[in-house]
Amino acid sequence: MEHAVASAHAAEHEHETSTGLDNRKLVMWAFLASDCLFFGSFISTYMIYRGRSPTGPCPHECVLNGVHYEGIFSIPYTSVSAFVLLMSSLTMVLALAAIQRGDHRGLRVWLLATALLGSVFVGGQYFEFTTFYHHGLSLSVNLFGTTFFVLTGFHGAHVTVGIIMLLSLLLTSLLGRLPASDSLTVELTGLYWHFVDVVWIVIFTVVYLLPA
Amino acid sequence: MATTVVHGVPTTAAPPQTRVYRGIWSWVTTVDHKRIGVLYGVTAFAFFLIGGVEALLIRTQLAVPGNRLIHPETYNQLFTMHGTTMIFLVVMPLSVAFFNIVVPLQIGARDVAFPRLNALSYWIFVTGGIFLNAGWLLGASPNAGWFSYANLTERAYNPGPNQDFWTLGLLVLGTASMAGAFNFIVTIVNMRAPGMSLMRMPVFTWMTFVTSFLIIFAFPIITVALIQLLFDRHFGTNFFNAAAGIDGDTLLWQHLFWLFGHPEVYILILPAMGIVSEILPVFARKPLFGYAVVVYSGIAIAFVSFGVWAHHMFTTGLGPVANAVFLTTTMAVAVPTGVKIFNWIATLWGGSLRFSVPMMYAIAFVSMFTIGGLSGVSHAVVPSDFQQQDSYYIVAHFHYVLFGGAIMGLFGGIYYWWPKVTGRLLDEKIGALQFWVMLIGFNLAFGPMHFLGMNGMPRRIFTYPEGMGWDLWNMVATIGAYLMGFGVLLLIHNAAVSLRRGQPASGDPWDGRTLEWAIPSPPPVYNFATIPVVHGRDAWWLMKHPHRSEREGTTDTDRVDVQLGGRHLGVVETPDDPSRESPAAYEDAHHLGIHLPDGSWFPVITAFGLTFFAAGLIFGWWLTGLGALMMIFGIYAWCYEPING
Repeated sequence: MEHAVASAHAAEHEHETSTGLDNRKLVMWAFLASDCLFFGSFISTYMIYRGRSPTGPCPHECVLNGVHYEGIFSIPYTSVSAFVLLMSSLTMVLALAAIQRGDHRGLRVWLLATALLGSVFVGGQYFEFTTFYHHGLSLSVNLFGTTFFVLTGFHGAHVTVGIIMLLSLLLTSLLGRLPASDSLTVELTGLYWHFVDVVWIVIFTVVYLLPA
Repeated sequence: MATTVVHGVPTTAAPPQTRVYRGIWSWVTTVDHKRIGVLYGVTAFAFFLIGGVEALLIRTQLAVPGNRLIHPETYNQLFTMHGTTMIFLVVMPLSVAFFNIVVPLQIGARDVAFPRLNALSYWIFVTGGIFLNAGWLLGASPNAGWFSYANLTERAYNPGPNQDFWTLGLLVLGTASMAGAFNFIVTIVNMRAPGMSLMRMPVFTWMTFVTSFLIIFAFPIITVALIQLLFDRHFGTNFFNAAAGIDGDTLLWQHLFWLFGHPEVYILILPAMGIVSEILPVFARKPLFGYAVVVYSGIAIAFVSFGVWAHHMFTTGLGPVANAVFLTTTMAVAVPTGVKIFNWIATLWGGSLRFSVPMMYAIAFVSMFTIGGLSGVSHAVVPSDFQQQDSYYIVAHFHYVLFGGAIMGLFGGIYYWWPKVTGRLLDEKIGALQFWVMLIGFNLAFGPMHFLGMNGMPRRIFTYPEGMGWDLWNMVATIGAYLMGFGVLLLIHNAAVSLRRGQPASGDPWDGRTLEWAIPSPPPVYNFATIPVVHGRDAWWLMKHPHRSEREGTTDTDRVDVQLGGRHLGVVETPDDPSRESPAAYEDAHHLGIHLPDGSWFPVITAFGLTFFAAGLIFGWWLTGLGALMMIFGIYAWCYEPING
């Protein structure tokens, strides 16, 4: 009996679970599923209010109550920053591949690259927000400003949290506390990062690309 | 507990515990699911007393017509905080107390999947709950009703900090609920003992599982609505601003709120349904009738609950098509609920019934909830709802489902699992008296509200003139409310008597069926000395009656292949007779090679940080900064804490 006891608990300690999936991986998937509803609600709000502002500025060129407004979006500019964010998913995959084969130098390089690409995206968003503001779009001016800034702002906040996680991993690795056996931690950060990326694809399509 | 023999696995010893806190600090830093469950229960009960006093003040004000006892503004705050408290600070956390105490024991686990996250949930709940109530200190508690319709809540119409306490408090509390729900989803999916397949799980565990999914999908929606409200009030957005030239839509709030709010009512009731599904079979000495159908009905309720929200909005002018659709879905959600009720009745049918207090509460749940469910169907009918909207008939309805349902079920759970948690029985005589006082008081308080509502009394009025025909029933309702207050005092008395000189309880005082009764009362800190192997539904019953089980047809086989994480561990023969197990068989956890996690400060620090962060919006940005620093410190220290659990 003693034998069975020890082995059963030892098995538990090795993180063997009913499904064989690691607990942390499962909880990350559950969190991402939940976060879908978070962005879903903001995107729904945006869609409900789309085209309902009686005054400009507008996302695309428009005439409201006889007043003509230039479209505020620059599709080429945002396409580039969307591309940068997409590429950061590639570097994230390379970071995971590196630690899985025990290549710590590769891990650090690709983590840093991912964080930098993410920062370029957030920086680009900051520049975009500032430009829009100078063109008269604020949180208060109309429903478009309200829904646009809060939706994309919360996405930007998600990216920022991801960058902080990436830099924390980089620091942990530099301190020598991220062994190859801990590759799951990198994988989980990657899951979050890819999710935020996918959300941006949806936002970019719905908010920027759909014609008015 | 039955010992099982597993052959052919190597042995490794777990490291010993490194840090031990004692006294009160052992409770503050605890990560033990049973202790966290007790903390949840005691805290929720304290909030129950606060919410109960609010209810008694409301009923005192309404006892006689033309009463000027309570100022109308205070009255608004009272009914708002009564509803908000009972939903978010009483029924939900009281259910979570049972999730914590019972679920790991029912699935044969050592603890939940993430013990420190569990502690974080509790500390966010308690700090958030105190913050939500802090408005009383400033005389500025939330005052727009528990669903806080826009644009009553906009700054232009509600300039004080009242609604900020509500908005920020619920945002904070939501993170606690979600963290807990994630934890229980992973625990139930991943921490089941060998042989505990999904369709062998006790129904309470099943309902915890379903409720957790409801929480993680419903709470993000209210989070978004609350963020929008917060931004409207403080950062100049226009989400709910209907002013000309902006043309926002106040109905957006109602859609988002009820898209959360209707799943929320099932978050409140499903755990109680799970509790009742545990109690009835034990006290009828029969397996639950139609186990699979009960489980599937719970899942069906959860799915449909996301498609019925607009029945709260029939009178807002959504149009006949939308109204007809939501009428149909609302009728549909009553079907799985009705199926469950028939299953419970059929469980009693032909059983050898024992009317102990848990059983009385369980039966009260079924009957009172049925009344509430029927009045609910009556306002699924749109023209009928037009008459009932915002009347006392609605107040009667939701108290029959939430008090007659949820609270009766939870009280049954208190009586049922009290001996498991404390090792002592509650007094049956005081318990029976308490039950009848509650049941009679409850029906006196809320039964007459059906008549009041039908006679046109609107909800949320702070007083009413004489001669409306409402005097008698209001007085009766107030008397009923005070009876219920007396019933709650009796429960406290019973608990105090039990803790001081209650009869010691055995590990299995009710002749239970599920695994929590397989271990001593109170359970040892490590729960199971050996991880149990499960052979069928009602796992403990099968261990007690291994040879009758086949005849009863509830077991698959006496020879089971044991697999853990997809790895073959060995073959288990017929379970041993549990009577061979003696208390002496339980030795200290270390000797048994069971790994126990250390206590941790960081969940507490992070939780206080989060609440300070939110409270800063009212009390000053310095508090936001302090909260942010505490959160950053708490999270990083948590991540780098030596992993010992």
